Amino acid sequence: MSDHEYVPASKFGKWFNDRLPLLSLASHLTDYPTPKNLNYWWTFGGILTFCLITQIVTGLTLAMHYIAHADLAFESVEHIMRDVNYGWLIRYIHANGASMFFLAVYIHIFRSLFYGSYKSPREIIWIIGIIIYLLMMAAAFMGYVLPWGQMSFWGATVITNLFSAIPLVGEGIVNWLWGGYSVDNPTLTRFFTLHYLIPFLILGLVVLHIWALHIPGNNNPVGIDVKKPSKDTVPFHPYIVIKDAFALLMFTIVFAFFVFYSPNILGHADNYIEANPMVTPAHIVPEWYLLPFYAILRSVPDKLMGVVAMLSAILILAALPWLDTSKIRSAVFRPLYKQFYWILVVDVLVLGYVGAMPAEGLYLLIARVATAYYFIHFLIILPVLGFKEKTIPLPLSITEPVLGGMPMASAVKKKESLN
Amino acid sequence: MSEKKPERREFLFTASYAVGAVGVGAVVWPLVDQMNPDASVKALASTEVDVSAVQSGKSITVLWRGKPVFIKRRTPEEIAEARAVKMEDLKDPQKDEDRAKNPEWLVMVGVCTHLGCVPLNDKGDYNGWFCPCHGSHYDTSGRIRKGPAPLNMEVPKYEFVNSNTIKIG
Amino acid sequence: MKNILKISYLIIFLLAGTLTVNSAEKVDLLKTDWSFKGLFGKFDRGSLQRGYQVYTEVCASCHSMKYVSYRNLFEPGGPEFTKDQAKAIAAGFEVTDGPNSDGEMFVRPAKLSDKFVMPFANVKAAQAANGGAYPPDMSVLAKARSGGVDYIYSVLLGYEDPPSGVTLEDGVYYNKYMYGNNIKMSEPLSDGLVEYSDGTTASKEQMAKDVTTFLMWAAEPHLEARHKMGFRAILYLIILTILVYFSMKKIWSRIESEV
Repeated sequence: MSDHEYVPASKFGKWFNDRLPLLSLASHLTDYPTPKNLNYWWTFGGILTFCLITQIVTGLTLAMHYIAHADLAFESVEHIMRDVNYGWLIRYIHANGASMFFLAVYIHIFRSLFYGSYKSPREIIWIIGIIIYLLMMAAAFMGYVLPWGQMSFWGATVITNLFSAIPLVGEGIVNWLWGGYSVDNPTLTRFFTLHYLIPFLILGLVVLHIWALHIPGNNNPVGIDVKKPSKDTVPFHPYIVIKDAFALLMFTIVFAFFVFYSPNILGHADNYIEANPMVTPAHIVPEWYLLPFYAILRSVPDKLMGVVAMLSAILILAALPWLDTSKIRSAVFRPLYKQFYWILVVDVLVLGYVGAMPAEGLYLLIARVATAYYFIHFLIILPVLGFKEKTIPLPLSITEPVLGGMPMASAVKKKESLN
Repeated sequence: MSEKKPERREFLFTASYAVGAVGVGAVVWPLVDQMNPDASVKALASTEVDVSAVQSGKSITVLWRGKPVFIKRRTPEEIAEARAVKMEDLKDPQKDEDRAKNPEWLVMVGVCTHLGCVPLNDKGDYNGWFCPCHGSHYDTSGRIRKGPAPLNMEVPKYEFVNSNTIKIG
Repeated sequence: MKNILKISYLIIFLLAGTLTVNSAEKVDLLKTDWSFKGLFGKFDRGSLQRGYQVYTEVCASCHSMKYVSYRNLFEPGGPEFTKDQAKAIAAGFEVTDGPNSDGEMFVRPAKLSDKFVMPFANVKAAQAANGGAYPPDMSVLAKARSGGVDYIYSVLLGYEDPPSGVTLEDGVYYNKYMYGNNIKMSEPLSDGLVEYSDGTTASKEQMAKDVTTFLMWAAEPHLEARHKMGFRAILYLIILTILVYFSMKKIWSRIESEV
């Protein structure tokens, strides 16, 4: 892990460091050579760490007041909102924090897709990231069940019923998940337990994610390998730290705006109605960050195949480093890929939009087209593109002037071309 | 001019750190304060007890703020015993007259001032209370007489709403 | 390859066009000025106090408000009755407490720490008394309907004669803004239904506005504190962001001058 031998200055420091090399670790983290041309899309790793810590801290404090019982959960949330000192603030941060977390993770993922950060030698970082993303979805879904409102209850019912699509054992699995014959108190208490556990699993995986990152080092907007340390790199502290801090603050301004001025806009009104197993809300929708997958689920007319399609849509990402046959990482040098990239972005946004609409008529048709395109992008376009595409010549280093004009000026900062 | 630069730079960093530290403090406070008694707990501060059925020499225990409160209707002998004690003999000197405004009724939080156990009635060397946890003896006025407890048992704020009802808190 | 791209873009534009056309079919809700909206939004105390009056005199006979306590009525950010007024309001209600030392439940006047007394013992009783429909609890109603306060305000004022061709069952009324247009609650408000002690004319619109304001407060009792803190927090974040921005410029200028 150490790029150079670090020797603490003080005698005690040396004594301690010989036994537990925390100081070496700190030195590695502060000196970690980072490509100097990273743009603001690279600040979302730090922002995501902030989101995770925020969710864990607010979640811990909420758990001190929340009661995981079908008869008391809704009331205890109202108790938090009304009586607990700053309870409303902590809950709104936690609820909106989930949305902000997903917003950041989507930007992080799409940054990776644009700049080819998933390619060799960073496949393990990418796959750990996919696992983190899956766990985030699980945590978010179970967290949404806890207030025990109508959307909580029916969301839990619908999602757990996905497992009933499995032939033969499906029903048994669903009853096992529920701990009964419907979503009820046993379901709530186990969801609470798992909702509490998963963030710590994510935290552990984040450590692995960063560890795996520090082996090859960061990718960068040009996508070529950077010698480290060299004049192409800067030490993580203070250069990247201050840049991350600036981006994080911009992010928290948006975050604060949601928390203080529209705390419920990302939620659903029906979740302020206490769960009622006798009445399903007219229009069941998951939280916005799960909508694209929900659209994929509904676009397939067969129950089992719908579930398979939805899961494949996520798992296909894990195979991405091998599906993308191009050796060039950054889309800056891949004119065709860049166009398909933006089509994919629009495709996912369209999926999200139709996921929120009733699954009928035109919406259903659009959902089917968009679902098909999603898979075509990964399974056909990407593999073929790697062989067919004429790419733009790569510069020798990130500090070398790039001739012929940048296709995407903001991707490679102007100041680099001055050097 | 180049000599001035580092100073300005330092000021900017100091300002950033200082303002940032204020923000961290402001974020920490709600996370700490959420553990304090909440609005609904504070609102439950008082409780009313009907004491008409308590016989002389008997006591009842009621719950107030999650703690037991002893309400004892003392006999004349017990009152006399409590009032005869010399202040020099007390670890935590307090007149019985100050502890029980209506001498017949002694109202106090039934929690040993040592480490919070509930003392037993009519036990101990002073005909009052005895804490079984670490052996503290209290007299008929609930004052500490012997053992590790440092203080007399606490008298809460209370008042007689009428001759039969005590409002605690 | 280029052609495929062009076709894809075309499809996307077409889809985007049809989607926007499709989503414009909702009824426009009635609008009014809510004092609590916006960055500095605060409740109108008078409106909250009048709204409480409308709630108790009109709504509370069927609609519970089980998460709101009498003490909330004098707490800052709400109707801000005096503590004595709130005590008097509470004392006007009876709650069942107990068991006492004889093991019996007993009835006593409500205290500040009690939650609003419910008109029915439970949901089943409420349904039985209301023709099978459960009058929803009003504690968080303003947050529990999409459209929020505008929706509630509109429904209160949206009673109409059914359009020709629409027949309604007994005990069902036509409401322009209610989802599905059928509502089991008869029109609750009429001009002059309550008498405001502050001299405000109790028009239907005024009462609807007051009671909706009250419902918003009931659902979000810390709204004023939230707005106040939000303004400070965002102002603070902007200042810190500016400081950090210039710090960042300084730090990065080291690199740019070196190379």
